[in-house]
Amino acid sequence: MSDAAPAPVRTMTMAKALNAGLRRAMEDDPKVLLMGEDIGKLGGVFRVTEGLQKDFGEARVVDTPLAEAGIVGTAIGLAVRGYRPVCEIQFDGFVFPAFDQIVTQVARMRWRTRGQVPMPIVIRIPFGGGIGAVEHHSESPEAYFAHTVGLKVVSCSNPVDAYWMIQQAVRSDDPVIFFEPKRRYYEKAEVDTRGTDGAVPLPLHGSRVVRPGRDATLIAYGPMVKTCVEAAEAATDEGRELEVIDLRTLSPLDLGPVFDSVRRTGHAVVVHEAPVSVGLGSEVAARITEECFYSLEAPVLRVAGADVPYPPSRIEEDYLPDLDRVLDAVDRSLSY
Amino acid sequence: MSDVRESGADDTVAVQLLTPDGERVEHPDYAYAGTDDQIRDLYAQMVLVRRVDAEAIALQRQGELGLWPSLLGQEAAQIGSAYALRSQDYTFPTYREHGVTISRGIDPLRLLAMFRGTETGAWDMARYGAHLYSIIIGTQGVQSVGYGMGLERDGLVGSGDPERDAAVVCYFGDGATSQGDLNEGLIFAASYNAPVVFFCSNNQWAISEPSERQSRVPLYRRAAGFGFPGVRVDGNDVLAVHAVTTEALDRARSGNGPTFIEAFTYRMGAHTTSDDPTKYRLADELEHWRARDPLSRVRAYLERTGAADAAFFDEADAVADALAVQLRRNCLALPEPSLAETFDWVYADPSPELTEQLARHREYAASFEEAR
Repeated sequence: MSDAAPAPVRTMTMAKALNAGLRRAMEDDPKVLLMGEDIGKLGGVFRVTEGLQKDFGEARVVDTPLAEAGIVGTAIGLAVRGYRPVCEIQFDGFVFPAFDQIVTQVARMRWRTRGQVPMPIVIRIPFGGGIGAVEHHSESPEAYFAHTVGLKVVSCSNPVDAYWMIQQAVRSDDPVIFFEPKRRYYEKAEVDTRGTDGAVPLPLHGSRVVRPGRDATLIAYGPMVKTCVEAAEAATDEGRELEVIDLRTLSPLDLGPVFDSVRRTGHAVVVHEAPVSVGLGSEVAARITEECFYSLEAPVLRVAGADVPYPPSRIEEDYLPDLDRVLDAVDRSLSY
Repeated sequence: MSDVRESGADDTVAVQLLTPDGERVEHPDYAYAGTDDQIRDLYAQMVLVRRVDAEAIALQRQGELGLWPSLLGQEAAQIGSAYALRSQDYTFPTYREHGVTISRGIDPLRLLAMFRGTETGAWDMARYGAHLYSIIIGTQGVQSVGYGMGLERDGLVGSGDPERDAAVVCYFGDGATSQGDLNEGLIFAASYNAPVVFFCSNNQWAISEPSERQSRVPLYRRAAGFGFPGVRVDGNDVLAVHAVTTEALDRARSGNGPTFIEAFTYRMGAHTTSDDPTKYRLADELEHWRARDPLSRVRAYLERTGAADAAFFDEADAVADALAVQLRRNCLALPEPSLAETFDWVYADPSPELTEQLARHREYAASFEEAR
C-alpha cells in the first residue's frame, strides 16, 4: 500500500485499472482473496495482479499449482467457508479443465442449497485474439458460460469499466465470469476513482450507449467495442451516424438500451469475435426480433468469427471482425 | 497383530482391530480407545443405516424413489469414520454416504426426498457440518481442500486448542481416484498442508469397472506420490476405521496436514438400483465378502464378551424398524415441489428476464386453474 494517497483521477491502462480495482476490493473486504497461476511474485502473465502479493501476503494472493479445476474447486470450498475468491485463469483456452467445476458446481451451488450457500466467486479470464498468440490463447468462450444458468457473465471494454466492474463483480453474491479483452489491456483512459463522490459508475448489469447515432445500431462487447467505435467514426465520411452500444454484461443481457436504439434506427448489427453460430449474437438477434419486429427495416445481422477453430496468428486478422467487415454489414443492412 | 490379505491386492496389509469372527486384535500403530458402551452404539447405528438403506431400496422397487445408491456392506467405513468427527468438522460426502450423513444428524427423509425428486438435496450444511452430496465424481476432492484452506485462514487449525481446531473429511470412492479433480485435490492439499482427510471407500467396483482397471497399485500407496501418509484399513472393521480416522483427524486439526485413508470394503449391492451386478461379478466374490460382514463381527464380539444381551440386539432392530416405518410414511407424504419456487434460488440478484419468465410461467399455470 503506497504512502501517499493516489490522485483520484489518473490515466491508467486497463491492466492497471483492474489492478487498482482488485486492490481496492481487497482493502475493503478482508474476505477477498486472489488465486491463480503465477499471480504472486510475477503479478500474472499480464501483470494484472502486480504488487498485490507483496502488499497483502501469500494467504490472500495465492500462487496455485498449475491446475485450473483445482483453482476453481478450492475457491468453491473457500466460498462455502465465507471467503470471496477471485480466480485468475491464465488464458481463455485454459478454462476448460475447470469447466466442470464452474458449470456443475459454482453455477448451481446456490440453487442446490435453496439459496443457503451463495458463490461469491469471480473467475477472471483474459479472452479474445489480436495478440499474435499460439493456439488456445485467443479464444472467445463466453457463450458456454452465458448459456449456464446461475452464472453472471460480463466483459469490460475500457479502463473505467474495468476499474469499477471488477469491484462490483467481487461484491456480487452471484458468481461472475469476468472476461477481460486481452488486446485492450494496455490501452489507456482517465479513470476517476472517487466513485459516488465523482463519476458515478454504471451498475454491473447494464449496457451503455458509447456513441449515439441515428442510422444503424452496432452492438458489441469487450474487444469489439473499440472496433465498432472506429467503424462508426469512419462511417461519418459517408454521412452515416452509427450508434454503438457496449453490452458490458452478457448474462443477463441488458437489452433495454438496445431495443430503444433499434426502434429509432431500424437497423441492427451485432459484432463479436466468437464463432457466429449459436453465439451471443444469435441471442441478441432473436431478442431484438421479438421486441422490435415492427421497427426493423432489415434483418438483424451478425459480424463474427467463422465457424472454424481460432486460426494460426499469421491469419488471425482475416478471422477477426474489423472495421471494414462491420461497415460492410452496415451497408448490407441499409440496402434492404 | 492381524493381517487381512485380499485377492487382487498383492500383499498389502490393512489395519484391523476386530476380526471377521469378532476377535479383538492388537495393532502396533492403532488402537480403538472406546468403551463397550460406544461399541454398542456403533453397532446400533450400523443396524439403523442398513435398515434405512433396505427401506429405500424397497421404496425404489415400488416406484416411490427414482433411484437409490445402496450402502450395503459399507456401514463400518461410514459409521466408523463419521464417529471420529467432531461437531466443528466438515464433511464432503458422495451420493452413497448415507451413514455419514445420518450420523451427522441429518434426517434420512432428506436423502429420500432427493432421490424421490421432491428436493434438491439441501440441508443446513453449516449446522450439520455436511456438504451436499457430490454427484459428479470427484468434484469434492478440490472443494474439500478449499474448505480446509478456509479453516486455516480462520485460525481453526493448529491453534493449540484441540476443542476448537477443525478438519475436513473428503469422502469418495475408488472410481473417483481416476478423476483429475480428485488428484488435483491431493496436490493442493499437499501444497498448502490442508487439514483434509481423504477417505476412499474402496468398494472394489466403479459400477462394472473393477479397481484393478483403475490402479496398478493399492490406492493408499498413491498418497506417497503426493507426499503425505496413506493407510489401508479394513473397511469392514468399524473399530479400525474409527481408530485410523481419529488419528488422521487429529493430525489434520493440529496442523500436520492431509492423510489418505483407503477403507478396503465391498459394495454388497448394486451400484444403484438401476444396475445389475450379476452381469459383471461372481457369486463367489459375494460369498467371500459376506463372511466379512461389518455388522456380524461386532455382534459376535458383543455376544462373545457378554457386552450385550439378546434384549440389546432386539432393541436395536426394533428402533431401526420403527424408523423405517416412519420413514416410509413420511416419504409418501412428502409435498410436491413447485417449479415457481425454483426460480428463487438461481441468483441472489435475479435478472429482469428471469423475473419475467417466472411471471409468464405463473400466468400459464394459472390459466389451467381458471379452466377448471
